[in-house]
Amino acid sequence: MITARDAGLVACRSCASVWPQDQATCGRCGARLQSRDTGSLQRVWAWWAAGVICYIPANATPMLITRTLVTKQDNTIVGGAVEIAKHGDVLIALVVLVASVMIPVGKFLAIAYLALTLRRGTVQSAHGRQVLYEVVDFIGRWSMIDVFVVAILSALVQLSVVASIRPGPAALTFALSVIFTMLSAQSFDSRLIWDEAQLDGPDTPLPDLDTEPAAPRPDQPQGETS
Amino acid sequence: MQQPTLQDAPGPTRDSDGAELIACPSCDAIYRVQVPPKGGKAVCARCKTVLIRPRRKAGLRIIALTLAITILVTAAVFFPFLEIHAAGMGNRTSLLDIATSFRSGILVLVSVSTVSMIVLIPLLRTALLLYVLVPVVFDRPPARHAREAFRLSQVIKPWAMTEIFAIGCAVALVKISDLARLDFGPAFWMFCLLVVIVVVNDAYMCTWSVWKSLEDRA
Repeated sequence: MITARDAGLVACRSCASVWPQDQATCGRCGARLQSRDTGSLQRVWAWWAAGVICYIPANATPMLITRTLVTKQDNTIVGGAVEIAKHGDVLIALVVLVASVMIPVGKFLAIAYLALTLRRGTVQSAHGRQVLYEVVDFIGRWSMIDVFVVAILSALVQLSVVASIRPGPAALTFALSVIFTMLSAQSFDSRLIWDEAQLDGPDTPLPDLDTEPAAPRPDQPQGETS
Repeated sequence: MQQPTLQDAPGPTRDSDGAELIACPSCDAIYRVQVPPKGGKAVCARCKTVLIRPRRKAGLRIIALTLAITILVTAAVFFPFLEIHAAGMGNRTSLLDIATSFRSGILVLVSVSTVSMIVLIPLLRTALLLYVLVPVVFDRPPARHAREAFRLSQVIKPWAMTEIFAIGCAVALVKISDLARLDFGPAFWMFCLLVVIVVVNDAYMCTWSVWKSLEDRA
C-alpha cells in the first residue's frame, strides 16, 4: 500500500488518474490537482458554523402556519412532529423527527468529530472514520424532506377560508442549514483521515487493483458476453 | 526499486513497466489498473471505495434511462400532481405550483432552491449526460467541452433531489389526511416511476470508464 503523495505523484479526485506532483490540472478530466486540500478544514468549519447558526432559528420559529375556519396554528419542526404523533401516525412522526432533528444534529456532531480527530488523533480506525464520513455525506441531502413537505402543503392547501397553509420563516433557515452542512461535508478532504495510517516504504512495488467478478445470477448462463 | 517513472509525454503517469495507475479518490492509495470483468467491480484495498464497476451495455442503457428521466421530469412539471377536496372545495397542484409556493418576501429564496433541486438541476444533469455519452457510445469523437460537461454533471449530482421529493410527498399526504381528501394526479405516478429510474441509472454509471473512453476517443 502506497499513496500517490508518498510516490511523488498527485491524484485527481474527479477521475482517479495519477499525475506528476507539480502538475496543476488533470490531463484527463481538467480538474484542479491538489495532493491535499490545504484549505479543507477552514472551509469545513466555516460552513459548519453557518449551518449551526441557521439551525437555531430553524427550530425556534414556525415552519408551518395552518389556518382553518376556527383555528390558527403555528407549528415548529418538533411541534409538527408531535402533532402528527397525536393523530396516531407515530411512524410518520418518527420519520419527520429523524430527518429534521436527528440527522442534522448527528451531522453537526459527526463533522466536528471528524475534523477534530484529524489534529488530535483517536483510537477509532481510519476505516471507521471513512465510513462515518461516507454516511454523513450520503445522508445530508435527506434533511431537505421537511422543506419539500412545506412546499407541497402550502401549494396544495389553499381552500380560501376553509383551510390554508403558509410557510413560516423556519422553512428558509432550515433549508439554508441543510445546504450549508452539505457544503461543509463536501469540503472535507477524506484523504486527510488516512494520512497517519501505517504505510509501506516508498520502495515497495505497486499492488495490482483487486477485482471481483460479477456475482453469479441464477437467471443468466455464465460466460455470456455482449 | 520500482519508483513510478515521470515521463515527458502527455497522459497520466505510468508505472515503470508501463502499467496504467489509478488512485483512490477517498484515501489516495495508488494501484496498477486491473479492469474487472463486466458486472464485477474493483475496490480500493485500504478504504473499500469502489473504483471501477463496468456493466454490460452500460452506455446504451444509461442513454435510454436518461432520456426517460428527461421526459418524465418535463411531463411531471405540467400535469396535475395532487388534488385535495374539503368541504365542497378543491384544489389541484402541479409540480410548478409546488415549486413556486413560497411567494412572500424572502421565502422566495426557498422557492428558487426548490425549483432548482427538483426540476432544473435534474434536467441540467440529464442534458449534460446525454451530451457527453451519446457521441462516445455511438463511436464518435467526444463532443466539444465534453470533459467540462461531465465534470459539471458529477459536481451537481448531490443537488438533484427527485427521490427525496417523492418521500416528501408521502409525508405531506399523511400530514393533511385528516384535514382534506386527497387524490393523486398523473404526475404523481410519473414521479414514482422516475425515482426508480434515477436509482437504477446511477447504479449503471461507472465514472472511471466514462473518463477512460472520453480520453481514448479524444
